Amino acid sequence: MEKLSVEIVNLLAIMAVICIPFLKTKGRGILTLGVITLGVLINSALAFSVFTNGPVEYFYPGSWVTGSIPVRIDYLSAWFILVISFTFLTGAWYGVRYMKKYSDQSDNLALHAVAFILLYTSLIDICLVQNSIVFLVIWEIMALSSFVVVIFEHYKIATLKAGFNYLIQSHICILFLTIAFIWLKVKTGSFDLAAISTFTASQTPITGLALFILFFSGFAIKAGFVPFHTWLPLAHPVAPAHISGIMSGVIIKIGIYGILRVLMLIKTDMITAGYFILFVSVITGLYGVMLAIVQHNLKKLLAYHSIENIGIIGIGIGLGTLGLGYNNQVLILSGLGGALLHVLNHSLFKSLLFFSAGNVYQATHTMNIESLGGLIKLMPRTGYLFLIGSLAICGLPPFNGFISEFFIFNGLFHGLVSGNFTFILIILFTILGLVIIGGLAFICFTKAFGIVFLGSSREEKHHAESIEEPKRIWPMYLIGLLIVIIGLFPLLFNSFLINVVSQFHPGLESLPKMQFAEILNTLTTVGWYSFGFLGMIILVYFLKLMISKRRTVAKGETWGCAYPVPTAKMQYTASSFVRSYRKLAAPILSIKKEKAEATGLYPENIMQKTHAVDKMETWLIDKPLRLLRRVLNSFVFLQNGNIQAYILYGFVFVGLALLLPTLIEKIVVIIKFLNQL
Amino acid sequence: MVSLILILLMSLFFSGFIIRTKSILSGRKGPGLFQPMFDIFRLWKKGSVVSTTTSFIFQIAPSAYFASVLMAVLMIPHGNNPGFISFNGDFIMFAYMLAFGKFLMIISALDTGSSFEGMGASREALFSMLVEPAFFILLGSFALFTGQTSFHEIFSTLHYGSHISYLLGGLASFVLVLIAMIENSRMPLDDPKTHLELTMIHEVMILDNSGFDLGTIMYTTNLKFAMYGAIISNFFIGILPLEISIPMFFIIQIGFAITVGIIESFMARFRMGHNPQFVFILTSVSLLIFFGVLLVLGKFA
Repeated sequence: MEKLSVEIVNLLAIMAVICIPFLKTKGRGILTLGVITLGVLINSALAFSVFTNGPVEYFYPGSWVTGSIPVRIDYLSAWFILVISFTFLTGAWYGVRYMKKYSDQSDNLALHAVAFILLYTSLIDICLVQNSIVFLVIWEIMALSSFVVVIFEHYKIATLKAGFNYLIQSHICILFLTIAFIWLKVKTGSFDLAAISTFTASQTPITGLALFILFFSGFAIKAGFVPFHTWLPLAHPVAPAHISGIMSGVIIKIGIYGILRVLMLIKTDMITAGYFILFVSVITGLYGVMLAIVQHNLKKLLAYHSIENIGIIGIGIGLGTLGLGYNNQVLILSGLGGALLHVLNHSLFKSLLFFSAGNVYQATHTMNIESLGGLIKLMPRTGYLFLIGSLAICGLPPFNGFISEFFIFNGLFHGLVSGNFTFILIILFTILGLVIIGGLAFICFTKAFGIVFLGSSREEKHHAESIEEPKRIWPMYLIGLLIVIIGLFPLLFNSFLINVVSQFHPGLESLPKMQFAEILNTLTTVGWYSFGFLGMIILVYFLKLMISKRRTVAKGETWGCAYPVPTAKMQYTASSFVRSYRKLAAPILSIKKEKAEATGLYPENIMQKTHAVDKMETWLIDKPLRLLRRVLNSFVFLQNGNIQAYILYGFVFVGLALLLPTLIEKIVVIIKFLNQL
Repeated sequence: MVSLILILLMSLFFSGFIIRTKSILSGRKGPGLFQPMFDIFRLWKKGSVVSTTTSFIFQIAPSAYFASVLMAVLMIPHGNNPGFISFNGDFIMFAYMLAFGKFLMIISALDTGSSFEGMGASREALFSMLVEPAFFILLGSFALFTGQTSFHEIFSTLHYGSHISYLLGGLASFVLVLIAMIENSRMPLDDPKTHLELTMIHEVMILDNSGFDLGTIMYTTNLKFAMYGAIISNFFIGILPLEISIPMFFIIQIGFAITVGIIESFMARFRMGHNPQFVFILTSVSLLIFFGVLLVLGKFA
């Protein structure tokens, strides 16, 4: 049954890709929607059946290149299939309305639709296939198709630049993975991912650790761990809104899937691995949010927040890994469980935020926070949905972000009271990091929501377009609903999570019933409490309404300190809102400032520009690249545009490739001969 | 249950004590203990003026702010009597609950589109971010010290071991008094009695609130003070029986209020740019407590 449904989904995708060129623009939209929706339904059914009936495993014979191809659908795969499918469902339905603006670019849309379907199918297949060659091939399809969907507006130079950056970085990721897989193949002779287990079990922990770090670096590029994050803030702002949502919601999560998969299979020194992941994750979280605050582009701000949330997920994974190392079951459950739940939660609120940002973009044609304002009156539904997303991403109750952060915090505090000195210290600094991340996210989203949606418009030119049509809004409502539901009923996905986590540590089911019930009870209390909180807000508000019904409520101007003609330009801006923070963080951030001050008797126009520079990008990418270019420039004479010369290079290369082995053999023989003398 | 009633009771005349202390120290007669509460009652009875720039968020924020503080109060235990709600890790939810209220207050300040209120909002967001680590490390140290992770269990098992716990309690009170001052935007950081918008934090955020909403916000401030006072008192009450612990609760709360009054009378407000350094002191003192706990537990490797 499972085999059949996987095949149907793949066949459907291939059929759709073949059919799309023969349809009209409208037909293409409907077909894409239909295929994605059908695929999502089938895949969700598959995932649920795995959760009820247990993991599935079957083999394809494969070819002489790949060997037999194992397909294993376990709980981890099923969880990620569910997360991916939901975001693609909402993304596709939202995207169809979003792309209406571009309906005149028919060919471009066709390519977009094809890539979109390929992207979904390849993401799902990555979760299933466990043969390294096939895995890499599908990974490549995923990387290419996501590149194509990102550069939809390829006639803009910025889009193309960001797109190529993304393409190159995805391939560095593939390079790491390929090296790791070749190593495995050479050592074990098998393409099956299970070879990771058999190989590392027979080696010293150091070898396992090296293999793990190789895999981790590869997947970290996809996930956006610092310092491999630089493609994210470039690619997100230029992609269409639904693609940004999907990219931030699930494409980067496939990196997390990879890390979790390797962690599940690898047998190594889990304690060192755990400390390593924790360290990287805390840095990632802090760095992401610190840069997010000073961004002026709404989508770029959200992209940096994806990095931050990857950090939070990483903290959960690190904690769980430490739990695996120390054999502490509560740590495993709250660490990995929290991380997995945060994967789902982040995919929800981040896609919601990006879709809202998309609405803002199509209504105002700008993403510059400084020129927006007062949008909640123009587009109230988008505004309140963005608010729900903001509250959730800050981890505030009663929304879903709080539940996963609570999970992780609970594990951290549990770790604090049980452990030795180094462990306690590391946990303390992780708590410190997580708290500061939370606080900075708080600043960032008060700024993002407050400046974009509240107050009055900072530039008059907004044309109030009616973009809040029901067909565009309902996928967003669906996400918002799920955010609130997870916040109020935290136990909703717990049986799933326990299944997934028990795969990492087979003994988990034997966790003392008492402890287990305690953790679950805590969550139930949190849920009820959140209900109470909502009730309390409504109660107090109604109390206020009742009382003020009998009083006069007058309308008036905002208090301007007795200044009678306030203008929208006098409002607090985003830059001024984060000014004190910027001053405080100045040693770590680097901010480029341009200033023209008023001088002389008849001053010219004054202006001030600030632009946040990603220091990591400068040091790790820009500078080495510049160096590389300088070195390679000295070989520029080779590229002389002369076809004969190129043919000569070809011959030289072929000759060298053929002769070199023989030549080396001869040299070896001579050396041996000399040695014998 | 006990703690809820006690805190609500204390919140009625907490700021009365502060004002009284300040007036006595400056040689004035000063108003009665209940005068701040009378002012709030009067505000509750008044009508209001709402800016045309604002949206629904401005309307609901004060209510949500009050609700969030009230829900946080529900978690505070009274010595051996657990709060209304108590579960493992409740202090995490406590902190996030307060943050929710603050989030709405900050965006409601931005909702007015004023040139001043954003300034207060910006500072409030920054300082509350800086305070959070101190609170979490403090609670983390006590969690480590007692091996428990909920308010009630931490406080009820605090004094089973050596008397060093009272010393830790003293240090913790220092941190909490200052956290309360920062959270309520009182003297060393912010002067609620100033008349210049440029130097205010909390007061400038609520420039546009009037009538019932303003009253609610002012009452919430009192409630917050009483809540922090209750946490401080918990460091010393331990498992004492009610007939001793209730008078002790009031003594500590009034002592807290008088301390606030004294600080406000004799300290000048810091320059705004120096405030972050001051707030970092709290984090470092909390770290000191943490390492003290490690020392006491003999966990230094």
